[in-house]
Amino acid sequence: MSESTETAVGVAEIPAVLKEINPAVLKRPDLVGHNRSFSWITEKICTITEEKTPKWWWICFCVAGFIASFTITGLIYQVGTGVGVWGLANPMNWGWAIVNFVFWIGIGHAGTLISAILCLLKQKWRTSINRSAEAMTIFAVVCAGIFPVFHVGRVWFAYWLFPFPNANTIWPNFRSPLLWDVFAVSTYATVSVLFWYVGMIPDLATLRDRAKNKVRQVLYGIFSMGWRGSNRHWNNYEMMYLLLAGLATPLVLSVHTIVSFDFAVALVPGWHTTIFPPYFVAGAIFSGFGMVLTLMLPLRAVYKLDDLITQYHIDCMCKITLATGSMVGYAYAMEFFIAWYGSNPYEGFAFVNRAFGPYAWAYWIMISCNVISPQLFWFKKVRRNTALVWVISIFVNVGMWFERFVITVTSLAREFMPSSWGYYSPTVVDIFTYVGTFGVFSVLFLLFVRFLPIMAMAEIKAVSPQADPHHGHQ
Amino acid sequence: MRRRSKLNPAMTNNCYGLIAAFDTPADVMQAAEKVRDAGYQRWDVITPFPVHGLDGAMGLKRSRVPRFTLAGGITGFITGMLMVVYMNMVDYPLIVGGKPLFSPIFAFPVAYELTILFSAFGAIIGMFLLNRLPMHYHPVMNRDRVAQASDNRFFIVLESRDHHFKNESARELLAEIGGKDIEELED
Repeated sequence: MSESTETAVGVAEIPAVLKEINPAVLKRPDLVGHNRSFSWITEKICTITEEKTPKWWWICFCVAGFIASFTITGLIYQVGTGVGVWGLANPMNWGWAIVNFVFWIGIGHAGTLISAILCLLKQKWRTSINRSAEAMTIFAVVCAGIFPVFHVGRVWFAYWLFPFPNANTIWPNFRSPLLWDVFAVSTYATVSVLFWYVGMIPDLATLRDRAKNKVRQVLYGIFSMGWRGSNRHWNNYEMMYLLLAGLATPLVLSVHTIVSFDFAVALVPGWHTTIFPPYFVAGAIFSGFGMVLTLMLPLRAVYKLDDLITQYHIDCMCKITLATGSMVGYAYAMEFFIAWYGSNPYEGFAFVNRAFGPYAWAYWIMISCNVISPQLFWFKKVRRNTALVWVISIFVNVGMWFERFVITVTSLAREFMPSSWGYYSPTVVDIFTYVGTFGVFSVLFLLFVRFLPIMAMAEIKAVSPQADPHHGHQ
Repeated sequence: MRRRSKLNPAMTNNCYGLIAAFDTPADVMQAAEKVRDAGYQRWDVITPFPVHGLDGAMGLKRSRVPRFTLAGGITGFITGMLMVVYMNMVDYPLIVGGKPLFSPIFAFPVAYELTILFSAFGAIIGMFLLNRLPMHYHPVMNRDRVAQASDNRFFIVLESRDHHFKNESARELLAEIGGKDIEELED
């Protein structure tokens, strides 16, 4: 984003050899369709928040709110009765709660990947999806946070997770990956919110400048911090954005690495493997891109954003889904290989049990959704069929939830001692709490769509062809 | 500023500077190079998005935000390590598995996360401090076409504080470099 010192001179120096060999010029795909103007982009994105609330929005909001009430009901019952209302019993002390936590936090990771890693890699197509992907990250982290906080049992003591001076004069054990997780996830949530917010400041200023009534003017005015588009400000802003991208990249990799340590540091067969950190990170990005597609395709259709989220954007997202899905498939294969090659009988048993034991159904759902379904993205025809892409993205979401289920439950249900073997089933409270989080997520996302700029207008303008100062001068 | 002129009637018609509009990034960039070469110091370009290469055209130096980030990062790492030393070794010696009370290895994840957290704070605070934001009023917002600056037009502002600034010559310069809708900004 901010290779600021490079000026007009950079373009003129073409090596002489290029004239001799005359390479074929590959046209870069346009990131904004139909050569739309700057004011068209402003108008398109701002109108979404300025128009009268559409009817579909109210319908979706009410449905989402109703579903969200399931989580509230489930949690009230759980807090009122005790954590025993979940399907947890020895040896299964980690059930759906941890599965849902890892599922949601993993979904969040694609948002950071798009906003940070693709920014560092100068993938300009990220600009039209990064804002909503970051919003998705934050709302997914909110949903993720519910589970460990309520899993502690006495939720009114959940703040004991943090080290703070207390009447018992004790401190937490810093050797525990669960404590690392507290730091990782809370840092992740904080940095994601800040990254999202500061990225939005110039666009909030646009909304402020267009505001027709006092309330909008004051609220967008406060949150846009008096941004006025000064290039002296952009200079610092761009540097800050680049730095935040550089910081969020190791952060997002560390968060899911530490989440995987929750498992890998334990001695349970099937968990105690060194492949977990990269495998979890790939899986997280995979599931997150699934969710980005699930959200962006309907949004594109409803608001007719085809010129901003072009076929090229969808292709890129499908290809990343395919790449990370294949990495996940490779990790599944490698786990099996190491279980055999390592000749540890417990490890070997854990994996045979995964594929052919009592939870084989979950394992094969996972394989078919995560490994087989994204392979369809090799075909251009599939990537161009928006409805099919959307269906596959749902498969990815389902598959990745089952991956966490398989990892958590199959290993615990068949630990070292056959005497403590069990079979885990969720209770209705588990199901209520989990299903409701989709409502919580949707409520937050709908509010975001309604009140905030869903695309980074300033960034899209900056990558559109007419933003290039050399445009039309060559 | 209206309020100030009420308090101090002598300050009415206090000129903050001149503003001129440009329609494309290329126009504003060439104009900015000319203003820079004319020796102006207190002036600015207002754009709806960061224009690639404009920092060079304005003669801006590299941003100083990284210094804040570095300071934040160092603070975060030291805080993380010292926190673990104090909590698990000094104040509440916690023996787990007969291992040493402190080792930088197990303290690392926490220190690492705090490094990132404090660096991010540093970057953001640095940006706000260097830009003197939040600043909800500024003379450049004191005009009718203000919304264009965050939509599709580009502006050059010459401040009257600049020692090169003489109202007529500045106006001529803006017209010469292709500025449109030249306006005087009230302070």
